Amino acid sequence: MTTELFEYLLRLGDNSLVLGHRLSEWCGKSPILEEDIAISNTALDFIGQTQLWLGLAATVEGQGRSADDLAMLRDVWDFRNLLLVEQPNGNFGETIMRQYLFDAWHVLLLDGLTRSHHQEISAIAQKVVKEVRYHIERSRDLVIRLGDGTPVSHEKMQIALDRLWPYVGEMFDVDPVEHTLIEQGLIPDTSTLRAAFDAEVLKTFATATLTLPSSNFAHLGGKSGKRHSEHLGHLLTQMQWLQRAYPGATW
Amino acid sequence: MYAQMVTSDPRDETVEGQAFQARIDAGEKIEPRDWMPEGYRKTLIRQIGQHAHSEIVGQLPEGNWITRAPTLERKAILLAKVQDEAGHGLYLYCAAETLGVSRDEMTEMLLDGRMKYSSIFSYPTLTWADMGAVGWLVDGAAIMNQVPLQRTSYGPYARAMIRVCKEESFHQRQGFDIMMKMAKGTPAQKKMAQDALNRFWYPSLMMFGPSDKDSVHSAQSMAWKIKMNTNDELRQKFVDLTVPQAEYLGLTIPDPDLKWNEERGHYDYSEPDWSEFYDVLKGNGPCSVDRIETRKKAWDDGAWVREALMAHSEKQKTKVAAE
Amino acid sequence: MTEPKAPEWPLWEVFIRGQHGASHRHVGSLHAPDAEMAIKHARDVYTRRKEGVSIWVVPTTAIAASNPDMKGPLYDPSDSKPYRHPTFFDIPKEIGTM
Repeated sequence: MTTELFEYLLRLGDNSLVLGHRLSEWCGKSPILEEDIAISNTALDFIGQTQLWLGLAATVEGQGRSADDLAMLRDVWDFRNLLLVEQPNGNFGETIMRQYLFDAWHVLLLDGLTRSHHQEISAIAQKVVKEVRYHIERSRDLVIRLGDGTPVSHEKMQIALDRLWPYVGEMFDVDPVEHTLIEQGLIPDTSTLRAAFDAEVLKTFATATLTLPSSNFAHLGGKSGKRHSEHLGHLLTQMQWLQRAYPGATW
Repeated sequence: MYAQMVTSDPRDETVEGQAFQARIDAGEKIEPRDWMPEGYRKTLIRQIGQHAHSEIVGQLPEGNWITRAPTLERKAILLAKVQDEAGHGLYLYCAAETLGVSRDEMTEMLLDGRMKYSSIFSYPTLTWADMGAVGWLVDGAAIMNQVPLQRTSYGPYARAMIRVCKEESFHQRQGFDIMMKMAKGTPAQKKMAQDALNRFWYPSLMMFGPSDKDSVHSAQSMAWKIKMNTNDELRQKFVDLTVPQAEYLGLTIPDPDLKWNEERGHYDYSEPDWSEFYDVLKGNGPCSVDRIETRKKAWDDGAWVREALMAHSEKQKTKVAAE
Repeated sequence: MTEPKAPEWPLWEVFIRGQHGASHRHVGSLHAPDAEMAIKHARDVYTRRKEGVSIWVVPTTAIAASNPDMKGPLYDPSDSKPYRHPTFFDIPKEIGTM
């Protein structure tokens, strides 16, 4: 059980870590000051969530590693984040679409995790779910506004949705790691959350005048660590550079 | 400083102008709807605008290291700090907007070179120790200037500065904290720290601007209380405070002539190379072109977003009106 | 920037109520396309340090202000009414708090 729990906590932590990193890339470069500040707030929430999840993962592992060790000293094959979150920022619309698809799943997942039989998981989820409820308020609103904005913005948002939709399926794919934890009442069964997710996004995309792609093909391999995209390695070369170049230093 | 070499328009010698000066002398605050001389208004737009631009361009040298911060905590702190700078830019633009200039107009003037930003942000950040040096020296220098500006005569500017100073109090401390870790770290970290100090010392001294002993502009701005101290006063104060901090860190300030002057009760120090300063102001700093290109790209790339969000709101209003 | 410029987002004034029941206070301004976004932006811009629990936004153009030239006639007359302040009255110490 410890192995599966550790794996799963890495999934939660790595999602926050990688997505927070991606969002932080916008700092100083957003379309307008107000959005620059807002997107940094979201990024800060994710960095905080990373500290909590990876911190718990390190405790569960019990090998004396810290959250920072896990973030900075693992290579691509040891990362357990969804393929969705490692996708590059693209234009602002793609970033917002990626965020919305993630938030729509994340909020349902965290709501389930608040009822985990694992005390620490439940406690962290209760704190984090509040942040995530605001994230989806914001990303949903922006998807609607940009989707139903100008012809230019509509087209960009449709392209973003088509490009990112194949990464949605992985969020609901229940593998043996999750099965074990579901049976023990530690985590919700994400496959049961799909209906609520679909209802949420269908409503939003209808309002945003966007068309849901017809294929439900799903890329897999991120959260299992079997096959990440090429993008993750580049992200890690930046994120981990100092720790790798100056091993053992205290910062 | 964040507003360097702001030229001040001449005083208004009419009856209204004199009454206006009397109000300032009496310590009254000037508010947006009050009568004010055209020179005061124009000088303030230049000064507040340049200050705001400095905050926004100032996001970039530190933003350069957000994705490379060495720990999760350092990453969060640095991101929060750079985000604060965006906020400070926003407060300052709003203060300038009360004088009848729009943020979009100011942004365009920054991007086409009609308005400037502080020389310091045209220097590159090359190592993690630069995050320490920028917080410690650059924010340290900025605070010297901003604290007195909380008492400046123009109400909206003073209020923006109060907010900025309140939020900024953690910025310099986080920089010094990075420097402490580096200076007491491995030999490589210590080398990094010294290298950062070597590169940022003189550019930090330049932030206060050249000596303004004989500057007519400065005298006018001081009479209007939109400049509260002379450049030399602030620079001396900065040196006096910083030298003992460098000693505490065990780092050497790159000035062989730096020494305590018992008689003056101040440190004597070498002047920075002012020709370098003027080059940077003219747009020939090591990163001047990159900085403006980055801002211009962000602004141009974001145009469709700003436009679409506005278009959506307009559509909604029309819908509501039709119902 | 050769295309015709899109109009700038309108300006909003932001008022925030702190945690301890005091009135909403003006804290600053920001740009937003409409009220809903202005509130979201205000949350992100002006409550980063938990400064408040309630936000009002008002279009800057909707604010009517008193005339600064009338400062004297408007506010000086209250100078001559010191009896409106409790310190005007001397209450003997023996009476205690009043």
